[in-house]
Amino acid sequence: MILSQTSVKVDGWLKAIDRLAEGSLTLLSLWADPPDVKMATLDAASGDINIISYVTRHNQYPTVGVKHPPAIRLERAIRDLHKLDAIGASDTRPWLTHTTAPYEFLPAEGEALHQIAVGPVHAGIIEPGHFRFTANGEFLVRLEQRLGYVHKGIEALMTGAPLNRAAKLAARTSGDSTVAYGFAFARAAEMALKIAAPPRAVYLRGLMAELERLANHFGDIGAICNDASFSLLHAQFGILRELTLRAAEACFGHRLMMDVIVPGGVARDISEDGVAQVRALLAEARRVFPHLIQLYDNTASLQDRTVTTGVVKPEYARQFGAGGYIGRASGRDVDARRTPGYAPYDALTFDVPVLTDGDVNARVWIRIREVEQSLGLIDQIVESLPNGAIMAELAAVRGGEGLAMVEAFRGDVLVWLRLDTEGRVARCHLRDASWFQWPLLETAVDGNIVADFPLCNKSFNCSYAGHDL
Amino acid sequence: MRKTMIESLLRGPLTEKAPPVDEAALAELAESVKHAARARLGHSLSIRHVDAGSCNGCELEMHALSNAFYDLERFGLRFVASPRHADVLTVTGPVTQNMREALLRTYEAMPDPKWVVAIGGCAVDGGIFSGSAAVAGGVKDVLPVDLTIVGCPPNPRQLLAGFLALLQTAS
Repeated sequence: MILSQTSVKVDGWLKAIDRLAEGSLTLLSLWADPPDVKMATLDAASGDINIISYVTRHNQYPTVGVKHPPAIRLERAIRDLHKLDAIGASDTRPWLTHTTAPYEFLPAEGEALHQIAVGPVHAGIIEPGHFRFTANGEFLVRLEQRLGYVHKGIEALMTGAPLNRAAKLAARTSGDSTVAYGFAFARAAEMALKIAAPPRAVYLRGLMAELERLANHFGDIGAICNDASFSLLHAQFGILRELTLRAAEACFGHRLMMDVIVPGGVARDISEDGVAQVRALLAEARRVFPHLIQLYDNTASLQDRTVTTGVVKPEYARQFGAGGYIGRASGRDVDARRTPGYAPYDALTFDVPVLTDGDVNARVWIRIREVEQSLGLIDQIVESLPNGAIMAELAAVRGGEGLAMVEAFRGDVLVWLRLDTEGRVARCHLRDASWFQWPLLETAVDGNIVADFPLCNKSFNCSYAGHDL
Repeated sequence: MRKTMIESLLRGPLTEKAPPVDEAALAELAESVKHAARARLGHSLSIRHVDAGSCNGCELEMHALSNAFYDLERFGLRFVASPRHADVLTVTGPVTQNMREALLRTYEAMPDPKWVVAIGGCAVDGGIFSGSAAVAGGVKDVLPVDLTIVGCPPNPRQLLAGFLALLQTAS
């Protein structure tokens, strides 16, 4: 990964916005480190990452969102969290901060339209958020999301936190991706401290990341089938998920493997019989999984629900830089494990599945192919697990900045941090893949029937917690 | 499909024995559950869940309760979609400022008698998120709490042990 930093004046900032709008740069994130606002961009041609800093004047900066819509929600969040205004912004409603003032949803006008308000408390065991549907009979003509209900002020809590406390906060940004967040935070901190985790720790991190991906993909495929009322597959995939979590607990002492990855390495080694447990899991998954997939593929009533439902157009996926199964099901050939890439994946062989249909079925199939790839990756990791230390010395380096991207099961997690001279976190920004996926759900439901929304939503499985921070 | 179903039948159930009832939870509940309520409910409880600010880790483990290994419904415990149908409100996460009102309204929508179970370290006192301006506190700062199940997140066996204590006390 080539990472560069650029400080720009107004003209440089505007030029970067033009490049985002024309598509030669992809927006990785936009955040504030007052008095600066920063954007991280990925050069589509070279794969280079650039952090562009602009010093705000009178707490203002030129809006990115007007020319490049993926930045709109990030700008609204910056305004809520740091009181910095995007000048010229088209949408200045609060986002993460909720006030007692009524929230003005965008209008939808036309004959026979009606609204359906859902949430923040939903019917199942899921996270809170509000969906405002406008429907014409059964057909959806507009969805607008209102998020921020689980906003806990994580970035504010990070400020001034010692590294170990900050790592725990990062690991609780989105519980389903706790390994990915721990991994990304640790790598960003290690870049700032100019240290590297020992090889054994790096491989164990990879093992945990793939176990997490397996558990989530198993759970998701089953849950999508469940939302189409096919409970047999839900039950079967629930078994695979539980077996994966049990293997994780047997290896690392925690079912979700929370707090095992720490800056400098990993907090504990894999248990003595860990590798055997993992091999048993792989054998069982390989025995059962193909039959279940065959069943998914051969059940017409299920296919009837998932095929052509909730289509994400490839141009939107590209514009928003959507990662994970959402981007890859709509033609984006991206994976943070490959570009920018990081250890241990640089030494491992795997394919990145890409499809172009962009429907619920395609998002299921990306997950299926990724399960197969993860099984292969885990094979390689346990075969070539290096011996040696699991923690590096935390050097006495003071200050410094770091940025890391890690491929969580739902897409790329980006962590940027700046350490102060005492080695504490001066500022940390965490950007979940969901930031660029939630808006696409609003487009994907267009023209679908109300009853298919749960299916569309489950096939996205965006994080509320990871987004609301 | 036939093959998968026959295989499942021949293999027998994966469902495991119930964990022992959590003694500490029983003691905690003895304080809060009135005898009069027990007779009315029989041996079943309907549970409505609200995530009031969780990282979603607790939700993952609550979902696991319904898988073949734990099979929550065999105990007469079930998750329901509406607070109007619920006897028990489970709450995870620190209560965020933005979820405080929605949580209160859900509680108020439940018929009496009702119990509140705070799940996970964050729900007890805000946990790692306490002190944030965006967080109102633990569940007890907003609602009367009858039972707490700690853990980050509590695993399904811990959750089950707590729920069974509730069932034993309430029925």
